[in-house]
Amino acid sequence: MNYQFEFGWLAEYYPQIVKGIGITIELIAVGAVAGISLGIFCAWVRALGPAWLKPIVALYVELIRNTPFLIQLFFIFFGLPSLGLKLSELQAANLATVVNLGAYSCEIIRAGIQATPNGQFEAGASLAMTRFETFRHVVLVPSLQRIWPALSSQVVIVMLGSAVVSQIAAEDLTFAANFIQSRTFRAFEAYIVSTAVYLALAVLLRQVLAMVGRLIFPRRAAR
Amino acid sequence: MIEFTIWDILRNLLLATRWTIVLSLVSFVGGGVVGLGLLFLRISKRKWSRSLAKYYIELFQGTPLLMQLFIAFFGLGLFGIDVPAWLAAGLALILWSAAFLGEIWRGCVEAIAKGQWEASASLGMGRLQQMRYVILPQAMKIAVPPTVGFSVQVIKGTALTSIIGFVELSKAGTVVTNATFQPFTVYGLVALIYFALCWPLSKSSQILERKLNVAHRNH
Repeated sequence: MNYQFEFGWLAEYYPQIVKGIGITIELIAVGAVAGISLGIFCAWVRALGPAWLKPIVALYVELIRNTPFLIQLFFIFFGLPSLGLKLSELQAANLATVVNLGAYSCEIIRAGIQATPNGQFEAGASLAMTRFETFRHVVLVPSLQRIWPALSSQVVIVMLGSAVVSQIAAEDLTFAANFIQSRTFRAFEAYIVSTAVYLALAVLLRQVLAMVGRLIFPRRAAR
Repeated sequence: MIEFTIWDILRNLLLATRWTIVLSLVSFVGGGVVGLGLLFLRISKRKWSRSLAKYYIELFQGTPLLMQLFIAFFGLGLFGIDVPAWLAAGLALILWSAAFLGEIWRGCVEAIAKGQWEASASLGMGRLQQMRYVILPQAMKIAVPPTVGFSVQVIKGTALTSIIGFVELSKAGTVVTNATFQPFTVYGLVALIYFALCWPLSKSSQILERKLNVAHRNH
């Protein structure tokens, strides 16, 4: 083979790449905060919540966990407008990320809640706390701490999975790579560069999540 | 204009589902074989082979599957090999699944008590004999639930191959949508078909795990 590698296009196209990285980060930042919040709510419903809500949340979790993210994205972006809900590319990408991470984190957080010793609920009750107060002030934080490593990996998985939002023309990092390859025909180089950026983002995101973990969880219970 | 009934849509989607199933099976079995190799490298006594497997796993777990597909599809072409979509799809999915399966199985092997290694070594068994007769039979038991669980990820992963032009369920969904202009119905049905494929596997993984836990508690 006599293929010459050529990275000269980087100088010209780096604004696109930077913009793409920005959108990917924005997607996962919004996705992580809103998705984990949704996950906490759903986990509360499934573990301790009102009986009438449980089957609805269970259906949501099972549906999302057993279908590909790509199809969820297409359904939201192409399917929902026929119900009158029209979203921009970026809104659809954000919504899909939140809905996806919400379902996965629900199951992870629920495992954390269920590992709580029963004595803690009883202790809360004996202090005249309501069930919700016990959950909020006693159970929640140690539960999250227990499953924080698993939750962090899931956030990284969702970040890597967000590469497919380029398929509805949300201008993330993969979109930039596709744009560059269509302009320069330097497919291999464009994808190698963006793959390396994704790898760096994944490593960075893991560090950030570990740091967040150290900030929000009290040291005494740290392993 | 032609009118499409739900049955027309569903029939075309189901025909394409065959390819999703075939690709999933190929990726899962192929990934299992490569993953077993990775497992042996990962728990070997030699440092270089341990780090080789570790970097392989880091690389494939730390980058998007979509990028791996793109590189397999466009990258191999540079070496003068004409890569059809099915080959790139199969290759990327096998290498990707191998990374995950290797890591899952390593966890299972490491969960086996150290005394088992020492006892079998004291019986004069070699490394391979230890694995074959003592460690793997026990590790396989705890490996079943997470392995079945991972097969769901493989099926969902095959959806991405539609992007490089492999015609399976997701691609068929896009094609049928373009013909019928009914994205809500079509993507809804596509999602339900994926659900029908994945949910029994998810559920059996859960049940197997519960059974295993019960068995352990009784010891």
